[in-house]
Amino acid sequence: MEGRSSAALLTVLFFGIALLYLPILVLIGYSFNASPLVNVWGGFSLAWYGRLLHNRQLLEGALLSLEVALAASTGAVVLGTLAAVALVRFARFPGRLLLTGMVNAPLVMPEIITGITQLLLFVSMVQLLSWPHRGFTTIVLSHITFCTAYVTITVQSRLQQADRSLEEAAMDLGASPARAFLEITLPIIAPAIISSWLLCFTLSLDDLVISSFVAGPGASTLPMVIYSKVKLGVSPDINALASLIVCAVGACILGAGYLMLRSDRRRALEAQAALTGRS
Amino acid sequence: MKSTWRPGRWLIILPPLLFLLVFFLIPFAFAFKISFAEAAPRVPPFTDVISFTRDHHLQLSVSLGNYRYLLTDEVYAMAYLYSLRTAFFSTLICLLLGYPMAYAIARSPRSRQGLLLLIIMLPFWTSFLLRVYALEGIIRDNGFLNTALLHLGLIHHPLRIMRTSLAVYLGIIYSYLPFMVLPLFATLEKLDPTLLEAAADLGSTPRRAFLDVTLPLSLPGVIAGSMLVFIPAVGEFVIPSLLGGPNQLMIGRVLWDEFFGNHDWPVASAVAIAFLLLLVGPIAIYQYYSVRQLDT
Repeated sequence: MEGRSSAALLTVLFFGIALLYLPILVLIGYSFNASPLVNVWGGFSLAWYGRLLHNRQLLEGALLSLEVALAASTGAVVLGTLAAVALVRFARFPGRLLLTGMVNAPLVMPEIITGITQLLLFVSMVQLLSWPHRGFTTIVLSHITFCTAYVTITVQSRLQQADRSLEEAAMDLGASPARAFLEITLPIIAPAIISSWLLCFTLSLDDLVISSFVAGPGASTLPMVIYSKVKLGVSPDINALASLIVCAVGACILGAGYLMLRSDRRRALEAQAALTGRS
Repeated sequence: MKSTWRPGRWLIILPPLLFLLVFFLIPFAFAFKISFAEAAPRVPPFTDVISFTRDHHLQLSVSLGNYRYLLTDEVYAMAYLYSLRTAFFSTLICLLLGYPMAYAIARSPRSRQGLLLLIIMLPFWTSFLLRVYALEGIIRDNGFLNTALLHLGLIHHPLRIMRTSLAVYLGIIYSYLPFMVLPLFATLEKLDPTLLEAAADLGSTPRRAFLDVTLPLSLPGVIAGSMLVFIPAVGEFVIPSLLGGPNQLMIGRVLWDEFFGNHDWPVASAVAIAFLLLLVGPIAIYQYYSVRQLDT
């Protein structure tokens, strides 16, 4: 599909990219504004960044969110990988259709419905079992639920591409199925596992709706704190916080993207070298 | 089947199966049950649907009042229609904007495609909530857009965009545009350029070739991208809540208000169940069959 693009096409592309980036860039600009008023430029200042360090509510929310994201993405990676292995490797087992449905459904389920149904489950469980207490545990459990779906989809497609004969060769040479999986297949699907862990981590860190339902009165994740602040209007602290988060995430993604692009390019060069007989 | 039976398999199958059963599927049963309860001033705030009398008889007290309420109070029907309409038109605009973007990326040199895709996807990785908030900074009455236009003398009074449907549309388009571009790019990239050359050799104008060759072949991408935008847009809560006004009632917001504002858990459950049956169910069935069609 490579070829020349008309000027009109390129204009739309750059308009679209500008639309995606303008709000973020303006927000970063606002975060250095000494004046708390958005339409008045009061000079350059880092004061709002300094104030963040003294905002206990935000810091506690950030800490809780990081703990939740760490636990939820790790749990989801374990369950999602198991589900992917089950769906790809076991052609028939009772409950296969059920598992397929439950893996795919969270992707089309509006968060608000997942949130309310899970809260009702937790409330009923407390009545019957007096567990779990609403807070960290319930947030992690519900984040694992929706994150597992993303892991399964990602790992599943990688596993389908993986060459089964390598694993069979290992078993022919005397490795047990478990050992063959751990030493041959796991390294092959590792990139998918790592990228889905990162995806889950950001999804969990970002979730507002489901957390708001299941968190209960005591616990507030960072998005919940941010939402309650911005609901009241523009807040210079949040401008500073948002700029920090956007820059940190942007740097990570650009770094990861650069590494991926570079390895792609190297692979392409090597393939070319092999084809032309030069090294 | 006997030869493939290995009990070790269940160590792999059972953990995700049981977890999703308990924390994803069974919650719907509870929501279904509670949608037949009545709100009550207690903890948790609803009456028992299933209970045992003192002489250990099972007692069912089912109230259809919540569903009757959904049908009689027109707020719910209006919110449902408004959600559908908003999601439909913002998906359409995303498509009209995203298609040329994906096309331009697919036609750019391969060495630049990766970078362009990265630029498109980067906002998706940053916080959704913060991006909606950032958009508010642009479209507020005293925000960036109005300040700039007033300075340039193009307008004399600030444009009122916040708390209107336009703000909700902008929010959805801004947030979900990357989801449209990505699947469109994936199908356009795979398109065989010799087909277009063949069409040109046979006398097609570029416009004709686009309509007869490119567009039909990119239809799977159009459908996939539209679904990725439409589905989250229909149930959207954050965008109408932060950017919309009291008239921009989307179903997600109604549910939220019923739950956190009115503390009416049974009505909120009934809204969720109705939403599920009227919208999510059909979409899920459609997706299931379209995926199966692609597989065969």
